[in-house]
Amino acid sequence: MKPAHLIAALALAALTGSAAAQAPDPHLARNLAATCANCHGTNGRAVPGSGMEALAGTDKAKLVEKFREYRSGIRPATVMHQIAKGYSDEQIELIAAYFAAQK
Amino acid sequence: MMNLNRRDFLRTLGTVAAGGALYGCAGGTRAGGHVIVVGGGFGGATAAKYLRMWSGGGVAVTLIERNTQFISCPISNLVVSGEKQLGDITLGYEGLAKWGVRVIHDEVAGVDAAKRTIRLARGGEMSYDRLVLSPGVDFMYEGTPALNNAAAQDQILHAWKAGPQTVALRKQLEDMKDGGVFAITVPKAPYRCPPGPYERASVVAGYLKTHKPKSKVLVLDANEEVQSKKGLFLKAWSDLYKDILEYRPNSELRDVDVASRTAILEFDKVKTDVLNVIPPQRAGDIAAKSGLKLVNNRWVEIDWRSMESTSTPGIHILGDAIFPAPTMPKSGHMANQHAKLAAAAILNLLAGQAPSPTPLVMNTCYSFIDAKNAIHVASVHVYDADKKTLQPVQGAGGVSAARNELEGKAALGWAQNIWADMLT
Repeated sequence: MKPAHLIAALALAALTGSAAAQAPDPHLARNLAATCANCHGTNGRAVPGSGMEALAGTDKAKLVEKFREYRSGIRPATVMHQIAKGYSDEQIELIAAYFAAQK
Repeated sequence: MMNLNRRDFLRTLGTVAAGGALYGCAGGTRAGGHVIVVGGGFGGATAAKYLRMWSGGGVAVTLIERNTQFISCPISNLVVSGEKQLGDITLGYEGLAKWGVRVIHDEVAGVDAAKRTIRLARGGEMSYDRLVLSPGVDFMYEGTPALNNAAAQDQILHAWKAGPQTVALRKQLEDMKDGGVFAITVPKAPYRCPPGPYERASVVAGYLKTHKPKSKVLVLDANEEVQSKKGLFLKAWSDLYKDILEYRPNSELRDVDVASRTAILEFDKVKTDVLNVIPPQRAGDIAAKSGLKLVNNRWVEIDWRSMESTSTPGIHILGDAIFPAPTMPKSGHMANQHAKLAAAAILNLLAGQAPSPTPLVMNTCYSFIDAKNAIHVASVHVYDADKKTLQPVQGAGGVSAARNELEGKAALGWAQNIWADMLT
């Protein structure tokens, strides 16, 4: 298992607790993070000079906090405040863990 | 292992052909096999890359695309308005080789879903374990008889597939006299890129305002209202293009007079100098030819957990060709997201596992208002097991507060990143 997948699986196991018996898709974090790639680059590696934020290797806690600030509206944005509202806390955790693991 | 050399590739194909093996590793969870992807646009190219990337090279992928270069529809309206050149929106397929995708520039003449084979136009058959069709749209000229021939279509352009027509429409606009009328017709929804016609009208108006200020832009819309970002477009037209741009709803094109570039409506005939007809659309021809179940005889019906045809096992369809989920636009961004949903599902299936039960996709679509300012619409869609479709997440998504230059830059940044995400 790749490190990113392992982390994602652990994160998910921790989150879902008793629900873990449902055998969640081990690729959920990867799949969710891939929805960000259109703007933020494959695996969070944005095209240099494109003006888009590269998420790869960013500290997980920092990413989670930022995402939540977008969602609550504290952090000003053109579009992220609207997109962030489409993801649950659990999904944000998975996505942040995935990007943090991309070195 | 990210790269397969030719011999490895052929060996992989040989295994597939000889054993018909669906799963790469006996008893393991690693996906193997051969996936053929037809169509190298936003959906197909992304699917090809992600199948290779996510399988760690375990799945052999062949991409069949008729064109030798990819030309992007998003940003192509800026070529029409003269801000960009065709070269700025053109990319090669060589980046996919890095991922071990075999790219064949050809057309698919037929699909045998029972035997799981495809036939190439230039000859030869190939077998697949899973087939991905990302054929985009084909145009329906039945409703406008005078346009239903190639000669007429060379003069009355759509420019709704970026390429030579984009350049030709730019030329018509450059050649138009100051004081001329540029008319664009919008088909009834659904069609490719809901805000696209209004973006084109806007940036063309921007060009004319500066260079040919006596000219007019006329939007003849078959729909009863602007189909996307309505308030933002109407505000921009009123603020910036009040004396230039006229919007006419409920104005379905019934036919044309090619020689005089006249748009024939139900109760009216409109003489123009440049007539840009965006025809009604349906799934690309290969979908119907493959025997897939269509909705309204136009769009492919799919299972949203895997993008697999509801009628034909083993064939997954992406992008503009599908019957969309509620409020889901036909956009390049969406096709890219379909591709990742399908790639994940296919790899699970090839490894003997069920697809993810809760797929999620999102869309961001920018439109330029003029050379610098843009607006967006965004949405997030998640699978609803009861309704068996993707539903927009309530409270998420939305449009710009107002047109702005920051989003003009973001639109170009988005393009660079999505092009890289699919092709490099």
